Amino acid sequence: MSEGIGARVKRKEDKRFITGKGKYTDDIRMENQAYAAFVRSPHAHARVNGIDASDAEGMEGVIAVLTGAELKADGIGNLICGWAISSKDGSPMNMGPWSALATDRVRYVGDAVAVVIAESPTLARRAAEKVAVDYEELPAVAHADKALAKGAPQVHDNAPGNLIYDWGIGEEAATDAALAASAHVTEMHITNNRLSPNPMEPRSAVATFDESEDHYTLYTTSQNPHVARLVLSAFYNVAPEHKLRVIAPDVGGGFGSKIYIYPEEITCLWASMKTKRSVKWTADRSEAFMTDAHGRDHITTAKMGFDKDGRITGFKVDTIANFGAYMSLFSSAVPTYLYATLLSGQYNIANIYANVRAVYTNTVPVDAYRGAGRPEACYLIERMMETAARELGLDAAELRRRNFITQFPHQTPVIMAYDVGDFGGNLDKAQKAANVAGFPARKAEAARRGKLRGLGYSCYIEACGIAPSAAVGSLGAGVGLWESAEVRVNPVGTIEILTGSHSHGQGHETTFAQIVADRFGVPINNVSIVHGDTDKVQMGMGTYGSRSGAVGMSAIVKAMDKVEAKIRKIAAHQLEASEDDIVIEGGEVKVAGTDKKMAWHEVGLAAYTAHNLPAGMEPGLKEGAFYDPVNFTFPAGCYIAEVEVDPDTGVTKIVQFTAADDFGTIINPNIVEGQVHGGVAQGIGQAMLESVVYTDDGQLLTGSYMDYAMPRADDVPFYTIEHNTTVCPNNPLGIKGCGEAGAIGAPPAVINAITDAIGSNDLSMPATPARVWAAISAARPRVAAE
Amino acid sequence: MADITVTVNGKAMRRSVPDHTLLSEFLRETLRLTGTHVGCDTSQCGACVVHVDGRAVKSCTTLAASVDGAAVTTIEGIASGSDLHPMQAAFNDHHGLQCGFCTPGMIMSGIDMVNRYKAEGRALTPDAIRHELEGNICRCTGYHNIVKAIEDAAGRMTSMATAAE
Ligand code: FES
Ligand code: FES
Repeated sequence: MSEGIGARVKRKEDKRFITGKGKYTDDIRMENQAYAAFVRSPHAHARVNGIDASDAEGMEGVIAVLTGAELKADGIGNLICGWAISSKDGSPMNMGPWSALATDRVRYVGDAVAVVIAESPTLARRAAEKVAVDYEELPAVAHADKALAKGAPQVHDNAPGNLIYDWGIGEEAATDAALAASAHVTEMHITNNRLSPNPMEPRSAVATFDESEDHYTLYTTSQNPHVARLVLSAFYNVAPEHKLRVIAPDVGGGFGSKIYIYPEEITCLWASMKTKRSVKWTADRSEAFMTDAHGRDHITTAKMGFDKDGRITGFKVDTIANFGAYMSLFSSAVPTYLYATLLSGQYNIANIYANVRAVYTNTVPVDAYRGAGRPEACYLIERMMETAARELGLDAAELRRRNFITQFPHQTPVIMAYDVGDFGGNLDKAQKAANVAGFPARKAEAARRGKLRGLGYSCYIEACGIAPSAAVGSLGAGVGLWESAEVRVNPVGTIEILTGSHSHGQGHETTFAQIVADRFGVPINNVSIVHGDTDKVQMGMGTYGSRSGAVGMSAIVKAMDKVEAKIRKIAAHQLEASEDDIVIEGGEVKVAGTDKKMAWHEVGLAAYTAHNLPAGMEPGLKEGAFYDPVNFTFPAGCYIAEVEVDPDTGVTKIVQFTAADDFGTIINPNIVEGQVHGGVAQGIGQAMLESVVYTDDGQLLTGSYMDYAMPRADDVPFYTIEHNTTVCPNNPLGIKGCGEAGAIGAPPAVINAITDAIGSNDLSMPATPARVWAAISAARPRVAAE
Repeated sequence: MADITVTVNGKAMRRSVPDHTLLSEFLRETLRLTGTHVGCDTSQCGACVVHVDGRAVKSCTTLAASVDGAAVTTIEGIASGSDLHPMQAAFNDHHGLQCGFCTPGMIMSGIDMVNRYKAEGRALTPDAIRHELEGNICRCTGYHNIVKAIEDAAGRMTSMATAAE
């Protein structure tokens, strides 16, 4: 089957993108379209004593200036966080109010207080500058550790000490005892740097209110338009669901940042009702830095104990997570159920305890960004392992091997039950592909050129396809995490797949068609994928957490099962055979062992002409399904980075990067490898380049590409990719998910390689030349003294 | 207002534009050629790259008034009918795009660098491609397949040119 599962099929969707015919939100123009510009706070924290919009309102071409007070008066609800987390003492999390337009107080630079609607984007911006806001500046706090200090400025009145929750998982006393009895304890202080997701397409929204029908249409840059509609209806009171259509057309990348429903979309919808105009807003990049949810930003202290044979005895973790000024949609789940539950890594650890404190600061809200919690867990564990190996005088790979989980299923002490894996096999494959045996020679050769060469490992595991619904519900999730699909076989035999998953670069139009081709033997060009429109697909949960393969495709398989069952009945009836003897292959429906058959399209036609169907059968050939997973999936792998450092300048080059991943079944290796490439580049970006920087009083210093270092082509190498497949036993295709692995696995591999090269464990991300040089310098006198 | 005479994708036209109109705005909003994208406000991402008289420029930092008398080519103008430009085909063949947002700029920059290196008789090595892509950011692909696509297209463009000679 050349187009089926496992085939390196070229993407079907490419044509429109390479010819400039993609349709992104900002490409849409409605009749009667006006433009929104937001009036944003220049202060990190201030009281708003008044807004004078008269100058702006007087400008020609300005349609309206709208404020938070009016928004509130119209009953638009506050933004919410959809995952309830309780503190250790049982108290609920302290969620402060978040209005789409701030009324009395602003809490971060960029917090919007008003919106201008005007005839052109330029005019709207100019008018926004004319809106006079009377701010009374308040003391601000930007960094998580400072937010918890006594006397720190209070971000929300209902979160004393800026504490949102103080949460724990695992057995503290047992972990303490295990650490106390250990032969060796490795202790580290680890910062996971704050990042800005930066999909290349900035966020955008076009909202239209149809007064005659009381109906809204929103085009928006969303990874999950159905969840957007649900939240806009149920919580923000914009309109009931049947009066609100949300369309996410082509979306230029998301990486988590387009999961959330932001103040701007809400405001555009509301403003279109107020002004009776279509309202468009498109962020510029500075606005994206100022308003798109950031990622990571953890400060952690951890202790890992080992017995005399180098086996892990216990792992104790204390993390402070910076949530920014407001609790974004999934923020609370990230440093808890997406982080602490992965702290066992790939290792047998009998005792784990993690304490997580989430805090408010006067910064952009923080939420899930590619990997979401799992990169933070992986970075912590894998740096601990590498450091421990150095302290114990053991080979870093050997220490990992001694501790690998080898029996499956495996229940960790932190909720997760790993279903299957081959951690040693991943490591073997990576070591072979990276030619680890040849490393000493390469290091010696580099030394002759005056370069420090280092090699670092990262053995990551993650949990994808967040599920099952009942389980996540019991942990506080406000939604179920299933997926929906509908398979429509048309009378001429072509097939439409409706899915609740959303593609914003993942290539669903190709891979989803491949699983249909694989099943029914039809060419992928006869299959089209419909997604991203609440009028076309009834409900879906969208794409994030690497769930479209494991959950989205499983729903399609379930719907295909139903279609196939009906096809068997129709064919058996028409061919006068038993249903059990019907086989579907190569675009034909046949009776096994005979020459009796129907062409694929004849079955479709028979279902719709309905002239000769089995007694009592409904006409038509269309089936839907909802798929709720029975467990998370657990992609895992081993990454090896090799770097060369110039000791005089600290300039570091990644000379080799090897990834050996176990993603379960792979539908299209091109697309899966592309996901790894992109994820690894983002991981390298976090490790060496990227960092959102705030001053202590909350001014954002990295507000453009002049100051925030995005990975360029020159910063990354060609990647070597290996696959080591153990099939996931818990979904019909055996898929685990591949979207986040690179961003999870890469950072520790890179930092472990650099610290190996320079002979110091004391290095933080991003490992800029200045930091690397400083670490070399700091390590030098010690070396000399020894 | 500025009156400009410009040829866009082979079509000559006269237009009146406000002086401050950027070329990217002119293409996207006036001509509705939305294949040219805007991904930043500091002239760094390259999503907006088009050709002006055969050379790659960032349309986000070019005034429409300044292309008076010039020939502008955008992503919509490089295929011949239904035949894709070799650079477009190579991006498809090598999976050089994911979300597609950076792609028009990547393709236009790719064509430009191939032409320049050829004119200068220099070899467009993968390292050179990476260096040349300094002004084009992609967040999805990790650049691996973009570099491969441009390298492959360079070969195809050269052999096409040779065949045409
Ligand atoms: S939009 Fe022109 S360089 Fe970014
Ligand atoms: S393909 Fe998405 S930014 Fe390049």
